[in-house]
Amino acid sequence: MMAEKGLVGGLRARPIRATSSTWITTGNVGYGQGHGSANETSDERGGDQLSDQITLVDYLELGDDPHLVANECRACGARFFDRRNACASCGKTEFKRVRIAGDGEVRAFTIVSFAAPGVPVPFVAALVDCDGTSVRANLINVEADPDHVSLGMKVRLATYSLGEDSNGTEAIGFGFEPQEAHDNGK
Amino acid sequence: MANDDIWILGIHMTKFGKHPDLDVVDLAAEAAMGALDDGGVGIKDMGVLAAGCLMMASAGIGQQLQKQIGQTGIPVYNVANACATGATALRTVIMAVRAGECDMGLAVGVEKLSGAGLLSGGSRKSDDDTWTRHGRYGAVAPVDGRIGTETMPGVFAQIGMEYGHKYGGTSFELFARISEKNHSHSTLNPLASYSKAMSLEQIMGDMMIAYPNTRPMCSANCDGAAAAVIVSDAKLRTLDPDQRRRAVKVSASVLTSDPWEESCQVLPDVNTLTRNAAKLAYEQAGVGPEDLDLVELHDCFATAELVHYDNLMLCPVGGAVDFFESGATWRDGSKPVNVSGGLESKGHPIAATGIANVWEVAHHLRGEAGDRQIEGATVGLAHVIGLGSACGIHILEKAAG
Ligand SMILES: [Zn+2]
Repeated sequence: MMAEKGLVGGLRARPIRATSSTWITTGNVGYGQGHGSANETSDERGGDQLSDQITLVDYLELGDDPHLVANECRACGARFFDRRNACASCGKTEFKRVRIAGDGEVRAFTIVSFAAPGVPVPFVAALVDCDGTSVRANLINVEADPDHVSLGMKVRLATYSLGEDSNGTEAIGFGFEPQEAHDNGK
Repeated sequence: MANDDIWILGIHMTKFGKHPDLDVVDLAAEAAMGALDDGGVGIKDMGVLAAGCLMMASAGIGQQLQKQIGQTGIPVYNVANACATGATALRTVIMAVRAGECDMGLAVGVEKLSGAGLLSGGSRKSDDDTWTRHGRYGAVAPVDGRIGTETMPGVFAQIGMEYGHKYGGTSFELFARISEKNHSHSTLNPLASYSKAMSLEQIMGDMMIAYPNTRPMCSANCDGAAAAVIVSDAKLRTLDPDQRRRAVKVSASVLTSDPWEESCQVLPDVNTLTRNAAKLAYEQAGVGPEDLDLVELHDCFATAELVHYDNLMLCPVGGAVDFFESGATWRDGSKPVNVSGGLESKGHPIAATGIANVWEVAHHLRGEAGDRQIEGATVGLAHVIGLGSACGIHILEKAAG
């Protein structure tokens, strides 16, 4: 159970079943109707356990317009996707949650062909510059080969399903997909 | 008159490769006794021992070694600092000697890694039965492979690609040619794990690990150990002329960690801490990159070697591709880099690496490097990076006269 659904390639514009009442596309369309509850994933650990979706990580927020969020140091502006005891840049302790731009540019990538057991390969791992904030993610909805991925490529945030757990809760992950549609045999 | 100079009195590395009949302590003992012998001293002359074995970081490798070569009661520092563990052990002894706690000490790094598979890092436990948040990212499932990669070949591939994006000029072939150089160099090193030349076609056609790094462009897992005896200037002056003649001066010993940079939370920054360490090292030694006759740098992957040309200031900022294309880093070039064959062919028994690269440089400075001797070498630099991150740099100089 909970096998990954088409992490690399093949998902573009193909709606995948999210819950009985909604559909997710992996493009920038985001969600259909009826998913207010997923908005509350942000601050409370476990607060989203009662909804039928959960984000792969705390810093992904769903809703009408899925996006990433970061903890930004109020003193120096450094941004962190994880919880920090104090700012690694300046040592201050006050943070605010900020939204990260969904459009970005690939600053570095690799195509991983050899990974730990259980990790499907090949996949494209990348460093994406989202309007000045660096984000680590897979590139999705693109062929995992050097002919289809390039440095400087414009990409945008996209979500996908990791599958449902034994309670029927669906986990939603994220990646970045090319802004310019490839034909991909479509 | 004695000064606060620090010297390498004796140094030794084992053959890197497969040692199925030797355990970790055997290897450490071979290196340690070899270094003592090379320096013409014994274990009872040592005032401090620093030892590292990253895969057995909590096992007290230093004390285990003492049981085999001499339990003299001296302070032992068991150190762990990722791939900079060996350099950290060496620097620990240098600090103790410089602080005047003793006049001689022994640093040892050892690892048994053959058969360990690729140094991939990353791990994927199977998903839980229910999505439950864990850790500082609140992840409901393992993220390696889902949110980028945690594998070393993949991380360092991106580090090389990022350099290419910033300055241009990189390609799969360019990185493969760096590997071709190191494999070619290794043919002259009898202690290397792999000492076969590889053609560009062979390298590019080999198994892809993480584009653009194929298997021969990755550091080779192997067994090995290296050790060094450090001595104060005052003590060295009391030793025999032959010991003094072969002593190699440690002109700089630097260790840095990674300062915060915007993108370091998503891709380790191996650049800033290396550049910082290099600046400090050149300052301490009173030499510049133009003075270096050879450099052993941390080519854990071919993509890493390129960025360190720049980080060590062997070339102008942004000029690493042109620098390599000029042929400078081949053994007959103006700035030979990794004439040992580097980690890609000599091998990378993690904790041994940061002393083995010092052994290589010292060997040339003593004029004892045989077929691969860089003629007339008087100054050299040894560099290691451990992800996490730690950077160790040692600059070594031939004894005057
Ligand atoms: Zn701050």
